[in-house]
Amino acid sequence: MGIPRNWRLRNQRYRLVGSQCPQCQNLFFPPRQVCPHCYNSELSEFVFSGKGSVYSFTVLYQTTPKFEFQIPYIVALIDLNEGPRITAQLTDVDAEEVRIGMPVEMVVRKISEENERGLIHYGYKFRPIAFPESE
Amino acid sequence: MDSILKTQRDIGIVGYGSYVPRYRLPAAAIAEVWKGRVDQAVLPVREKSVPGPDEDTVTMAIEAGQNALCRAGVSPQQIRAVWVGSESHPYAVKPSGTIVAEALGITPNVNAADFEFACKAGTEAMQAAFGFVGSGMGDYALAVAVDTAQGRPGDALEYTAAAGGAAFVIGPAEQSVAILEASYSYVTDTPDFFRRAHQLYPEHGHRFTGEPAYFHHIIQAARRLLDGLGRQPSDYAAAVFHQPNSKFPQKVAQELGFCNEQIRAGLLAPHIGNTYAGASPLGLTAVLDEAQPGQRILMVSFGSGAGSDAMSFIVSEHIEARRRLAPLTRMYLQREKTVNYTQYARWRKKIVLH
Ligand SMILES: [Zn+2]
Repeated sequence: MGIPRNWRLRNQRYRLVGSQCPQCQNLFFPPRQVCPHCYNSELSEFVFSGKGSVYSFTVLYQTTPKFEFQIPYIVALIDLNEGPRITAQLTDVDAEEVRIGMPVEMVVRKISEENERGLIHYGYKFRPIAFPESE
Repeated sequence: MDSILKTQRDIGIVGYGSYVPRYRLPAAAIAEVWKGRVDQAVLPVREKSVPGPDEDTVTMAIEAGQNALCRAGVSPQQIRAVWVGSESHPYAVKPSGTIVAEALGITPNVNAADFEFACKAGTEAMQAAFGFVGSGMGDYALAVAVDTAQGRPGDALEYTAAAGGAAFVIGPAEQSVAILEASYSYVTDTPDFFRRAHQLYPEHGHRFTGEPAYFHHIIQAARRLLDGLGRQPSDYAAAVFHQPNSKFPQKVAQELGFCNEQIRAGLLAPHIGNTYAGASPLGLTAVLDEAQPGQRILMVSFGSGAGSDAMSFIVSEHIEARRRLAPLTRMYLQREKTVNYTQYARWRKKIVLH
């Protein structure tokens, strides 16, 4: 990911900032400019809570050099509690511990490094709820 | 001459938060690799915390900062400074504070900077925040103290170099869970431990790191603050000292006249090792987790190079309700998964490929 794109997407990637259609109440992540349901183009900002559950997942053992530092790693489809389904890595969990439907929460982690000299990309990942007793 | 530091208006800790990664490496596993045998009696800690491959000072600062903001109950947009103290900032040039402030929703009406002073970088950031809020420049400042410490493979420091830290929202006294009574800083040019630019691992003066460095600075800082306030060790319910291992903080407490019960809650090194800039601030969060209104807390950091910051707090009635708003430090300590030396060596980039 180039520097301009990384910069442009920082609010989505650090804080799950998406959008909401004020007419039909639909929520979008990543944010949309125009509502695909009612074609309203005046969408407002919506910050997701970061809570969700695992819809499905897979384990990656082979990847590009940028991601090699963390293999094997888990990529999951996450159903956010507010609705949208997004793709994200799971972290702080081993592959054999992951279950479909497992409740997860968003954390900011290192996604990739351009190289030893380049930009470090931070963004959302999900982990099993760390302290379920305090939920 | 009055050398203790007092703010113009009364201030304190409005919110605090901690973070410790989930992985642990037993000291015995390190001894096994480098000594070929395990002598439990000489191991400086039982185990140390290890960051996952996707964690660094920035990601740990963000989670500790979120916890501090939750407890403070102030909007991120009210924070006027984000200062991150660490000796493991991911970039040599590009402030960790910028990323932390953006991720916490604090930008753009904010001052951001990184502090560096070995293991007392975090309390430096706190001192600066006291001055900033205490002078009325801003109502709230976020001071963060975190590290992912590096120890050269096989070196004595590898047994303890750990990861974790704490964050504090500093603000007006009437909203504080712990009100600052006064602070003090004691600094000299004492080269007990240092790392030159572009070097991966620090150098240290072995035995020299004890007497003239750690013990001298902490004892001077603690005594001068207590003298300035006219206090005795017995006035304090709890004391937290920098903890590079299990032994040093216990010995310095004894020399200053504090008993084991006073340092119990804040002594985390045996379980997680030395979290460097995070060490004494993380201990302070564990103390706040069980503190009662009216109790006094003393914290004294130590940073190689060398210096100590001493701070005296009095706990307010806000503590009871506020501490439930984020995970307790003990919960992070209990969330643990043991890794072996090979896994740790790969994650921490100890294996260099040519
Ligand atoms: Zn719509």
